[in-house]
Amino acid sequence: MANPYLVPAIVAVTLITVAIGFYGLKLARTTSDFLVASRTVSPNWNAAAIGGEYLSAASFLGIAGLILKYGVDVLWYPVGFAAGYLALLLFVAAPLRRSGAFTLPDFCEVRLGSRWLRKLATLFVIFIGWLYLVPQLQGAGLTLTTVAGGPYELGALLVGAVVTTNVALGGMRAVTFVQAFQYWLKLTALAVPVIFLAMQWQSDGRPAVTPPDGPTFRTTITVVVEEPATLTLPDGGIRAVRPGDELTFAAGDPVPAVSGAITDGPDWLLPSAAGSEDQDLFATYSLILATFLGTMGLPHVLVRFYTNPDGAAARRTTLVVLALVGMFYLLPTLYGVLGRIYTPQLLLSGQTDAVVVLLPGAALGGGLTGQLLAALVAAGAFAAFLSTSSGLLTSVAGVISTDVLGRGSVRDFRLATLVAGVVPLVLALNVSGLDVSQVVGLAFAVAASSFCPLLVLGIWWRGLTDLGAAAGILAGGGASILAVLVTVVGSPLSGWPATLIAQPAAWTVPLAFTVMVAVSMATRRRAPADVGATMLRLHAPEALRL
Amino acid sequence: MAAPIDPSPDPAAPTGLPRSRVVLAEVARQGRGPERTRTELTQQTVVGEALVRGLVRAQLALALRLSLVVAIGLGGLPLMFAIAPAAGAVKLFGVNLPWLLLGVGAFPFLVGIGWAYVRLAERNEQDFTDLVQRPER
Repeated sequence: MANPYLVPAIVAVTLITVAIGFYGLKLARTTSDFLVASRTVSPNWNAAAIGGEYLSAASFLGIAGLILKYGVDVLWYPVGFAAGYLALLLFVAAPLRRSGAFTLPDFCEVRLGSRWLRKLATLFVIFIGWLYLVPQLQGAGLTLTTVAGGPYELGALLVGAVVTTNVALGGMRAVTFVQAFQYWLKLTALAVPVIFLAMQWQSDGRPAVTPPDGPTFRTTITVVVEEPATLTLPDGGIRAVRPGDELTFAAGDPVPAVSGAITDGPDWLLPSAAGSEDQDLFATYSLILATFLGTMGLPHVLVRFYTNPDGAAARRTTLVVLALVGMFYLLPTLYGVLGRIYTPQLLLSGQTDAVVVLLPGAALGGGLTGQLLAALVAAGAFAAFLSTSSGLLTSVAGVISTDVLGRGSVRDFRLATLVAGVVPLVLALNVSGLDVSQVVGLAFAVAASSFCPLLVLGIWWRGLTDLGAAAGILAGGGASILAVLVTVVGSPLSGWPATLIAQPAAWTVPLAFTVMVAVSMATRRRAPADVGATMLRLHAPEALRL
Repeated sequence: MAAPIDPSPDPAAPTGLPRSRVVLAEVARQGRGPERTRTELTQQTVVGEALVRGLVRAQLALALRLSLVVAIGLGGLPLMFAIAPAAGAVKLFGVNLPWLLLGVGAFPFLVGIGWAYVRLAERNEQDFTDLVQRPER
């Protein structure tokens, strides 16, 4: 890769992030009550910050890659990721802010007055945080490898080290401004190249995304295979490829069909039909449920709600986040679609997550425009890893330092950050063959089947008890964690078991709700005596000043 | 055999509530205005509790109604495409309908629902505030 602008762009983003973080650190030291000060954050700034933190590697890289690979069926990922904020707005935003709880464990204590339930919630926050961090580090490693060469491990290690150091020094605690900046950077980094890409597509004579004779290579290209696959060659022959194999294609050669990816035009273009694909329909609904209900259980998202001045502002913030996130998600689809035309080789190499980063160079050529746009996209991708991993790391480290180490001093926080950063890094180095978006989808499923019922029932139902909450979290969350473990380390399954394990939300979420309600009813006597006062606090408008 | 325990309280026995001194002048000073409703809310009286239950129920009903709209509007799409694959082949502006609905249309739809929710939820809260501050109306 001979793009001289790539490395400077990435270095610049990293430096700006660290610089704003350090500036914020100074600010936080002079104003002792920096948390209270941040309660005056306006909904617009706050929303941009939440958006910046939320739009992770999975959103920036993963969705386009999935669309390139699977087509219209995976459009549910962006829709669900955005719709999650609607669920958050409808059921959680204002009451959660009014509860005064900082984190999910805090909420358990405020609502149910139980210390040990708090510990259980802590465990789940840590697990979800790590499960979400692993794909961020993977994506970072992948991007660095793709744009600057070098081994994957080095990239993941480098990003992990930068983020951990930054958070440990306290730089990312002034997150609002950094992350708001990173939202707009990410939006720009996708939106500006799309304009050029669309113009290029126009001037190429609008090549069809699904040509009748199947896709072809536009330029002579050598593909290095990264994952084992079976290719169906255009002449009907079948060839198995192994990682490290090099295949060369001339311009105009048809793209061979790859096992695992959808290369057939209509299958890619149209939603999976009824009949044999009952499993697909189930998987789609399961995914919708996971993303719709999972967002409210993500630790790094909830932390930021406390920075709103009051419940009404929390609502308005969520609405603006929904709009910002929705605006962003219009873009990855275009990258996935144009990727079919300009970077079909990614289907062969298995590196579909790299499509966003490689597309500008592939479509616009090696000229100055192509190079600058490629650098812009790489910078945006880097902002995605930095802001999401920093936010996750901060929330996991915060929970570890206050609930596990116990005292919550600055020294504890730094130690906790180290622990919180090293574990996912080790995991990311050892499991590199996973789809970024699939792992994130699993993190959403775990959140949806543990914290979503806890929050929804805790906020809207007086009858919830601590035993009921714990039983529901253990049943639903435990089942989905099991599904994650089977997916990540278990042997591959097929048929219905595979679908049920790969997209568990459709059965784990109802399970969690049912167990939580049933056990609460059975242990009715344990309902906190002050539930009336808590309900008043959660729902009464601040204007009354009760 | 132990005698069955009578669950109903003995009217002669002292109840668990501590005795409190009622100064009539203080009660009179509280009047019938907003202060009293406010106290009823914070003291969790029957009236206060009913008020809060009403608010919670109204907000929950609103949230559930709007989720139903989303569940039907968006959640019905996979089923529709599965039952009637022809719908997926319909083209608008040269793009297949599923791509337009999911890739573009879903986001303004979600924002619209969210906007409606914020308005209606704030109206519910305003009604509640009015009720507390001017209970006699």
